[in-house]
Amino acid sequence: MSAVYALYPDGVSAQRAVNSLKAAGLGEDAITVVTGEPLEHYQFFETDKSTWMWYIASFGGLVGLAFATWLTRMTELAWPLNTGNMPIVAWWPNLIIMFEMTMLFAILASVLTLLITAGLPGRRGAIYDPQVMDGKILVGVANPRDAAAIERALAVAGAAEVIKK
Amino acid sequence: MSDAYTRQLNDDLLRPLLQTSWRFYLLVAVLGSIVATGLGTWAWQMWNGFGVTGINNPIFWAFYITNFVFWIGISHAGTLISAILRLVNAGWRRPVTRCAEVITAFALMIGALFPIIHLGRPWLFFWLMPYPSERLIWPNFRSPLVWDFFAITTYLTGSVLFLVLPMIPDFALVRDKTTGWRHRVYGALALGWTGTPKQWHRLESAMSIMAIAIIPVAVSVHTIVSFDFSMAPVPMWHSTMFGPYFVAGAIFSGIAGLIIAMAALRKFLHLEAYLHPLHFQNLGKLLLLMSLLWAYFVFAERLTIWYGNEPSEIAVMNVTQRGSFAPLYWTMVVCNFVIPFTILSIRKLRTITGCVIASFGVLIGMWLERFLIVVPSLGHKYLPYSWGVYRPRPVEIMITISTFAAMTLLYVLFSKLVPIISIWEMKAGQHPAHASSEAVAHDAVLGETRA
Repeated sequence: MSAVYALYPDGVSAQRAVNSLKAAGLGEDAITVVTGEPLEHYQFFETDKSTWMWYIASFGGLVGLAFATWLTRMTELAWPLNTGNMPIVAWWPNLIIMFEMTMLFAILASVLTLLITAGLPGRRGAIYDPQVMDGKILVGVANPRDAAAIERALAVAGAAEVIKK
Repeated sequence: MSDAYTRQLNDDLLRPLLQTSWRFYLLVAVLGSIVATGLGTWAWQMWNGFGVTGINNPIFWAFYITNFVFWIGISHAGTLISAILRLVNAGWRRPVTRCAEVITAFALMIGALFPIIHLGRPWLFFWLMPYPSERLIWPNFRSPLVWDFFAITTYLTGSVLFLVLPMIPDFALVRDKTTGWRHRVYGALALGWTGTPKQWHRLESAMSIMAIAIIPVAVSVHTIVSFDFSMAPVPMWHSTMFGPYFVAGAIFSGIAGLIIAMAALRKFLHLEAYLHPLHFQNLGKLLLLMSLLWAYFVFAERLTIWYGNEPSEIAVMNVTQRGSFAPLYWTMVVCNFVIPFTILSIRKLRTITGCVIASFGVLIGMWLERFLIVVPSLGHKYLPYSWGVYRPRPVEIMITISTFAAMTLLYVLFSKLVPIISIWEMKAGQHPAHASSEAVAHDAVLGETRA
């Protein structure tokens, strides 16, 4: 995997680089941006924002609710034990288990969604530079078709150095 | 945000991970010895049976269940407070959240250990789990002990994930700043994190969902712990207000634990630049609020019992307020109300030292409160012929002391292995201050592009 990228000192110059790459004909999907912290105030950070995670977490919660309902009812009927004159299938105490399982499954569903959609665990791609952890913002393109044009676009945006891998 | 600030932040918060003084090893050795002694004592108790403890008819719950309720209460410091502050987007939360969340994870682990210690035969603890045994015997879901198992499992799983997920970007930072075995270990822990917008958005979405889910779970956990008592027809236990009373007490003791932990981190890891007096003042105000709420609950509980004048309940009330438990009861009132109210309601006294003194008082007071809920009621049930006394034996005292050492040890080890303040959240927190100026520049860039 080859890559061309540059490091920028702030969000403004990184945004300029992204705009420059777009002007050079690259689509949003082809441009990679890597930052050391979330930068909510920039347009380049707006990509990939929409997610199904909320729906998946809700669905996970429903699965947990159904599982707990089945588990409590099935086990109480499998060994019908009279406890303090409560009914064999006692919904008041069962609600506690149902609530906990609903929440547990919702949490697990959202974590699984995070791991899968964010590609974790995974291998770091070619476009990565440890300097992002010192506040630099990386803008680049993986497997560029026209590396020279991308180098020019990144340089125009004010990159001190364009790196080819 | 300047590169110089970022480097300074990285250097300050990674220093505890990369530099180790002899004091660290000494502290670990001392705490480790106490924990090892505690484990040995527990093994001795298992070998000799419960006769070596002071637990006997009619007081079957004593130090161990007191510790269980106390530690589960302490666990409310972290995830609950962190989740609430995250949801209301309180800017001052950033240096506090991880310090707090760690308390939850470790306090829950220690708290959950006590019912197992209390089982006497701890190797049979798996009977609480709903596993398909060959005799088709399932847990009885009408038992509060089984509710505890489910509630604590959910809260522990959620809290650990809530703690670990935001650690991934910081693991990536440590990976990039280290070499050798550290680079490999933190590289594995970072799970290949790079920091693309997609990864950041997914992480923040997951944290928001978990923050929303974990708040009702936290409330449910201590409510369910209170159900262990209020579901039993024991004088002064069978009360509808026990749920909110326990939750308020848990948050109260949790905040006190958090203030002490933060003050220790500030002093020993030299984090004065990040944990400001403002953080302690804000938490001090919360502690004051919870102290008032605690006093309100105690008053409401005692007034109702006194007014009802039911003989068995009055017997318990009298023994705690005027009888053999009175010294403990009034110490509790002083520690939980008089000291925090006096210190924290006066602005000049609401300093870091003042908050720490009040917090130590609250921890002592809240432990006594748990003890006074458990023991006097069991010792004074309905018929006087069944009354009894309880004296803790060295086994119980040693195990109790060792859990405090275990909590400190785990916290010390954690702060040695993981940045105790979330570095990426601190960096992100710098942006809103510059947002307006950056937005102007941002518009200019877009203008250039359009032109």
